[in-house]
Amino acid sequence: MTTHLKPQGSAYFMAQETQKPERHTLSVLVDNEPGILARVVGLFSARGYNIDSLTVSETEHDKGLSRITVVTVATPKVLIQIKAQLERLVPVHRVHDLTAEGKVLERELALVKVAGEGEHRVETLRLADAFRAQVVDATTESFVFEVTGKPSKIDSFIALMVPLGLVEVVRTGLAAISRGPEGM
Amino acid sequence: MAEQMTGAEMVIRALTDQGVEHIFGYPGGAALPIYDAMFQQDKLQHILVRHEQGATHMAEGYARSTGKVGVVLVTSGPGATNAVTGLTDALLDSIPLVCITAQVPTSLIGSDAFQECDTVGITRSCTKHNYLVKSVADLPRVLHEAFHIARSGRPGPVLVDIPKDVQFALGTYLGADEIGASRHKSYRPPSSGDAGAIAQAVELMLKAERPIFYTGGGVINSGPDASEKLRELADLTGFPVTSTLMGLGAFPGSNPQWMGMLGMHGTYEANMAMHDCDLMICIGARFDDRITGRIDAFSPDSVKIHVDIDPSSVGKNVRVDLPIIGDCGLVLEEMIRLWRTRTNQPRTEAIKPWWDEIGSWRARNSLGYRNSDTTIKPQFAVQRLHAATKGHDVYITTEVGQHQMWAAQHFPFEMPNRWMTSGGLGTMGYGLPAAVGVQVAHPDALVIDIAGEASVQMTMQELSTAIQYRLPIKVFILNNERMGMVRQWQDLLHGGRYAHSYSESLPDFVKLAEAYGAKGIRCSDPKLLDAAIAEMIAYDGPVLFDCLVEKHENCLPMIPSGKPHNEMILPDFAEDIGAVIDEKGRQLV
Repeated sequence: MTTHLKPQGSAYFMAQETQKPERHTLSVLVDNEPGILARVVGLFSARGYNIDSLTVSETEHDKGLSRITVVTVATPKVLIQIKAQLERLVPVHRVHDLTAEGKVLERELALVKVAGEGEHRVETLRLADAFRAQVVDATTESFVFEVTGKPSKIDSFIALMVPLGLVEVVRTGLAAISRGPEGM
Repeated sequence: MAEQMTGAEMVIRALTDQGVEHIFGYPGGAALPIYDAMFQQDKLQHILVRHEQGATHMAEGYARSTGKVGVVLVTSGPGATNAVTGLTDALLDSIPLVCITAQVPTSLIGSDAFQECDTVGITRSCTKHNYLVKSVADLPRVLHEAFHIARSGRPGPVLVDIPKDVQFALGTYLGADEIGASRHKSYRPPSSGDAGAIAQAVELMLKAERPIFYTGGGVINSGPDASEKLRELADLTGFPVTSTLMGLGAFPGSNPQWMGMLGMHGTYEANMAMHDCDLMICIGARFDDRITGRIDAFSPDSVKIHVDIDPSSVGKNVRVDLPIIGDCGLVLEEMIRLWRTRTNQPRTEAIKPWWDEIGSWRARNSLGYRNSDTTIKPQFAVQRLHAATKGHDVYITTEVGQHQMWAAQHFPFEMPNRWMTSGGLGTMGYGLPAAVGVQVAHPDALVIDIAGEASVQMTMQELSTAIQYRLPIKVFILNNERMGMVRQWQDLLHGGRYAHSYSESLPDFVKLAEAYGAKGIRCSDPKLLDAAIAEMIAYDGPVLFDCLVEKHENCLPMIPSGKPHNEMILPDFAEDIGAVIDEKGRQLV
């Protein structure tokens, strides 16, 4: 008896993906109501989309509006779907693909804890200064730095801190806005 | 008029203000205040179901056959979870439902209380939208908004979860207009399509040599007027028309321009025409995988126009050249207007070579089958049923499987809203409760569930509901003692190894019908079939008709896996369907 019966086909038609995935930053303007984050995140997981970074906060208290910034990696065809599917959610006002619109300003904040003694502390402070990282907590054997900038800058700073005694990092995720005078 | 009342009373009041006459439900602890409020009025009729899934399918049948919103009322916990299948079904088939679920009191939410579940969490991905109402002050707005969202844009199910303390709480009721429920701050469904795009579409239609209308459930959802417009445009242009499973009835089955259903079990002519056309005009359909076949070989040489109210449907599966986002009826109306400004002549003559080609495909008679004198062929049974119901005000529902496809192939419809079937989700057990819902809406009509013996057992208990409310539904079971479609796929893909696809220990359906208080009829002889069907139709009450049919009949024609539209299995190959998938097809797992 053969135990590995190879199916001769499938009840579904499957096509090879030919497009290359791209990383895009989406800005989603939503009503700040209970469950809205679950709707957005649930949509991504239910439809198999990726979330690289997610930032949520209320931005216009009087109107009860929040802005969700999502960084996703997907093929151009799927990116159009993600935007259309997000816009289908009832509490979503607008979705902008800031990357596709081509003039995106992106910033992230990180808190970086570094422990060390002697020469390492001096070197740590020197590098922090070069990255315009602020010391927000200090003990005789540790610092906590606050550093803001593009994600790539924060990546570099963290990489430099590793040999100097990096303890832990927290990052806010990306906040993004379009350049120029127009708002969303 | 602002009036003081309890949350439970608001529910009843909002439903009646929305024009609801019937609701399908099942009581339970958390829902008692609403049931108590219902007890003290006589505008709403409540249909007590036997299982909450039944309530949702009844509401779907009700909605699909009337164009109104179907309403469900269930209790917390298991009441809500049992409704999930029907909500998902309604979401996939774009059926407008409002489902009211009761919830444990707000103070107990999150405490794992008796009959508590995270209803809004569970149903978030199977509803168009859902609400948990934590304050009675929000309740009137939410209820009216729920109806607005359910019925507008691409319709779908909306769930409102109401904790028991909110049902008891006193508040101020406001009507839909006072609240402005239709002026939602973020929800703005599209209506008319872009005029420029429609004009471009008409230009393409004026030049096409091999055009085809590919229509879907969106035409039905847009209302009977959209079906009228489709008929008018087809008449004006002279183009052939095919439709998805969900769109059957929008175009008359007796019209010479009708090609039959397309897709996996569609006709040869419809699929060949889809493959070879130079202009595809898709109206309210969504290029589902049962329609397209192999996607990279789907209609390779056509310009594709896609009319849909939901932007996320456009370009999801198939690249479209000209998207038109809007309501099918309004877009069709504009197309007709523009066409009339350009010509008074249909293009039937101009596209004669195309019609000739279609004629040669039609000549293959892809719905043909070998009939028998001794055994009832399922296709024959459906054809005889169709013949017997001519002249009746008939509505058909189905379960899911071979019988569903045979019904779609051999039971032509002349009007929209007459065909209720579970297309997207493919829910076995849909048809019997859907028939109950249809019969509630149309008490004097002939409502028939074309069923399979496996599917119908999934929601058989709703026969009791039909008895209770004197709803004379007819359940016409094509009994092949198999899960026929599963068996067919096992032949096709798994070397005829029939793993659990036979219906063992079947009940005696005649006795079962009698046990419920319905009539049971059995027929196994093709010569006696017409008389038996006539007896079923004549009986004034619910009937279970056990039609014993050929056990190994395959549902053909068929597009097998890995194949495009132009490589269908036709009935000629019916003997050896296990050999038709080539090496490449076998690679698909």
